[in-house]
Amino acid sequence: MSFVFCGICSHGPGITGRAGRADVAVRDAFYAQLARMREAIESTKPDALIVVAAEHFANFFMDNMPAFAMGMADDYEGPIEDEDWLAIPRTKVPGNAALSKRVIEAVMHDVDLAYAEEWKFDHGIMVPLHFLTPRYDLPVIPVNINCQGPPLTPLSRVWAFGEALRRAADAMPERIALVCTGGISHWPCTPDSGKVNEAWDRDFLDRWTRNDRAALLDYDDAAVYRDAGQGGFEIRTLIAAAAAARGAKGSVWFYEPIPIFAVGCTVAVMDI
Amino acid sequence: MSLYALQKLMYHLNRDPKVRERLRDDPDTLLDDYALGTEERNAIAARDVGLLYVLGVNGQLLMHYTAFIGLEWPQYLQAMRDGIVTHGPVRAGIYAMTTVAPPIAGTKDEDAFVPPRASHA
Repeated sequence: MSFVFCGICSHGPGITGRAGRADVAVRDAFYAQLARMREAIESTKPDALIVVAAEHFANFFMDNMPAFAMGMADDYEGPIEDEDWLAIPRTKVPGNAALSKRVIEAVMHDVDLAYAEEWKFDHGIMVPLHFLTPRYDLPVIPVNINCQGPPLTPLSRVWAFGEALRRAADAMPERIALVCTGGISHWPCTPDSGKVNEAWDRDFLDRWTRNDRAALLDYDDAAVYRDAGQGGFEIRTLIAAAAAARGAKGSVWFYEPIPIFAVGCTVAVMDI
Repeated sequence: MSLYALQKLMYHLNRDPKVRERLRDDPDTLLDDYALGTEERNAIAARDVGLLYVLGVNGQLLMHYTAFIGLEWPQYLQAMRDGIVTHGPVRAGIYAMTTVAPPIAGTKDEDAFVPPRASHA
């Protein structure tokens, strides 16, 4: 039993970078639940934190786009973005190459996985870390699922990946926490930035908290694009968390659209 | 269209400070390294965010780029809207106008905006 935590959260760059433009009461209520998540992670005394993200062309491009990739380095750096824009100073983030290698070897028995000995974090990982490990003293293992450059990773494979990640974590002597970060509906980086389909999000979170595999896999990209925007493709990361939770149910600690953060801000945890 | 090359240039700009220095100090030499069309090359040279969006540059690449050139958030969103007015709909890539645009988040019009209801029950 070395899989000690499983949760999801938002990662929009506005969460830190445009903090001053948000409604203070809503923003601080969101931050409070991120702090609660940090405390929950810390209470499990993890040896490493796996962050499954939907990165945004910081490391992977259409010249060689992996469906799944995992970092295998002793340290990483981030953010790649302008520090003032993201309001997170550039820093070195500790990793654990040896543990990464063992996790990758285990996952590879079930799901083909690219590995990367270099990885520059973008806001997709740095924003969660800013709240969850603000002292950068917990080794991080980054994972990417291709949610950006079609053809995208199929949801059925995302589920298989989440299950494989759980099996791998269970087999490690280290205590491993998992945070998956993405969507839900949003239209980031378009003129529609700030739009959120709250009803769609709440329906997704209902499926997620029930950990209803069939319902979570019952999305197709055309409908997601129509109803949840291209940012909705990032539900892949959240679905991986549900699979890793292996039938456990979840609870939503926070959900509220914050338009200046360009996303329905979410903090939710599986009761593993 | 050489959208692939244009996006690859922006990928390199976003993750490599040395490429940003080359764009600043010797743009012609840098841009020669990428198989860009004239319109794409001019859009980069002019920092024309609206045209880059219309040409189909993935918004995630474009957002990081606008941060480096110091565009404020509302101006960045406005630049994309102006690009569509000036140059027409997005021509390629996965980003396209899917809705009647709501007010820009963080502006005074935002509070009066009623978001569209979900079609997904």
